[in-house]
Amino acid sequence: MKVRAADFLVYDQETGTYREDPEQVVRDDVEKHHWLHVGRTIIKDWRLYLMLVPMLLVFLFWRYFPMYELLSCFKVDHSVLPVSQQLFSGFSYFRTLLFAGDGLSTQFWRALRNTFIISFYGLCFGFPIPIILALFFNEVKSNAARSVYQVLTYLPKFMSTVVMTSLVTMLVKQGAQTTNMGVISQLMVNLHLIPYEVGQGGLLNQPSFFRSLYEISGIWEGAGYDSIVFFSAIIAISPTSYEAAQIDGANKWAQMRYVVLPSILSTIVIMLITRIGGLLNIGYEKVMLLYNTNTYVTADVVSTLAYRYGMEGSGQVGLAAAAEMMNNVIGMLLVLGSNFIARKATNTSLY
Amino acid sequence: MKRKLEVTELIFKIISYTLLTIFALACLYPFIYALSSSISGRHAVEYSEVVLLPKDLQFEAFSRMFKNNVFWTAYSNTLFITLYGTIWSLFSSILGAYALSKKRLLFRKFFNFFLVFTMWFSAGIVPQYLNYIATRKVFQGVGIMDDKWLVVIAMGMAAMNIILLRNAFEGVPSEIEEAAIVDGATEMQVLSNVYLPMSKSTIATVALFFAISRWNGYFWARQMMGNPNEHPLQVFIRLQLERYTDPDIMTGWSEVYASDSAIYALIICSIVPVLIIYPFIQKYFAKGTNVGGVKE
Repeated sequence: MKVRAADFLVYDQETGTYREDPEQVVRDDVEKHHWLHVGRTIIKDWRLYLMLVPMLLVFLFWRYFPMYELLSCFKVDHSVLPVSQQLFSGFSYFRTLLFAGDGLSTQFWRALRNTFIISFYGLCFGFPIPIILALFFNEVKSNAARSVYQVLTYLPKFMSTVVMTSLVTMLVKQGAQTTNMGVISQLMVNLHLIPYEVGQGGLLNQPSFFRSLYEISGIWEGAGYDSIVFFSAIIAISPTSYEAAQIDGANKWAQMRYVVLPSILSTIVIMLITRIGGLLNIGYEKVMLLYNTNTYVTADVVSTLAYRYGMEGSGQVGLAAAAEMMNNVIGMLLVLGSNFIARKATNTSLY
Repeated sequence: MKRKLEVTELIFKIISYTLLTIFALACLYPFIYALSSSISGRHAVEYSEVVLLPKDLQFEAFSRMFKNNVFWTAYSNTLFITLYGTIWSLFSSILGAYALSKKRLLFRKFFNFFLVFTMWFSAGIVPQYLNYIATRKVFQGVGIMDDKWLVVIAMGMAAMNIILLRNAFEGVPSEIEEAAIVDGATEMQVLSNVYLPMSKSTIATVALFFAISRWNGYFWARQMMGNPNEHPLQVFIRLQLERYTDPDIMTGWSEVYASDSAIYALIICSIVPVLIIYPFIQKYFAKGTNVGGVKE
């Protein structure tokens, strides 16, 4: 559509005539030869674009190509052929997993439920503890003492999953004729928390103990480190806020309720979004290192199920991919959904 | 103006100190126990006589491990992966984050989305596995037979770390960069002489994140490395543990020390380097999460 002439012409005071706006000429040129212009800009600034290349290649090859491989959940299983040459099979794997009603779909529903339950417990117990810990850190006024507490509580975070799970395994290991059970099981038996036989059989072989062990070791590992972000929000509160509250007669509890909590609310919301977003993105490595055939009932999650289908011998790649597809799509919806709700409700959002 | 409020404050203070102390000790205890068990005698370990302090001192478990060649191979593999992996991840992340931090970059929104999308949606482990297998074929096709390079190059990038770096670079005042450009600095000089020194602490933090995740990497190393000579330390520890819990080999390895002690000694050896550098890096971690953990 033609634009009005007045937009194009500018009055030239020296010559007293109207002439074309030079900027508009450039703008027109850019519009007409858009891609040429883009190309020219990139060539002129090639160093900047070259810098992007390694990062983009890594993400393309090892983050986005797997997403393409994920399409094998719609294809007939043929691990020898590349995905592009496999035959299209529609939603048959999804139907098998969701509705077949045989062993496979029971296992899948169990895994999905376990994924939710393990994450949900993590949210209920693992989320508030770092906040409480940060409040406690705030009470320790001596810097030296606080550093000692912080160093000790952050420490487990730096241990690898393998070291952590090895320690857990050893501390609650089963007893045998010549050796005794793990020291933590021993302690629990002595306190009459668990019967002797259970401790002797090894806590990790009991389905009913898996989730507790998983969550407690998770808190042991991460609570101190996760408290950092809340603690730095708390120390950012100005001392005058406390003083004002004290003058108004607020006791410790009221100060928590009306001074500290509102000040760290946005941090809490952001961390909560991250947690809810990661609800289905469970640490499969840790589950894999802790579970065994005895505890599949409570421990098997979607990723580990997919691992057994797709990578460990049986080679049902299509089924495994379909399971992960569902898990990850729901996971993404959770991330975006929780983010959306947080933005609407509190004006804080992560993305 | 001290008043009767002190009671609630005092109670809260007492609760804080008590629970903090309990939690801190609980964090420490497994390590102490592991250390004590690794240097205690066989009978003491097998019959749970070790609870906190070592009993019937022996150092056989350690000395036997130090004589084990596989252990040292695993250790050097881990060092290799940590060193080169951190350098490669940091290199590509810094360059990419620098470019992304520039407002004049065309398709900036697209590139950002390209990164952030990987935080929302991941393909999952089975497609990743197929992808790594294909990559390994390509690598072997061009003559890189060592799977260590596959682990170094293909794994360990994290979109979050790039975003941390990008935010730090965006925080550098553009006047300084303009001054450098007026003085005739090239793009690389601007990056290395202006941006890197000005975002030192974020870079240190991100480097640490990368190094720790490389040092601790287990799952993909185990999946992708068929050759036991290439196994990193974490895989070695896990294999020893699995062999140990295998009931067929449950009996002790030595007359002097229990098989538990061997596992504990291995664990202690794998965490010693982390413990040594930990006091120096701990402050960076606290700082780094403040810088970019929260993006408004």
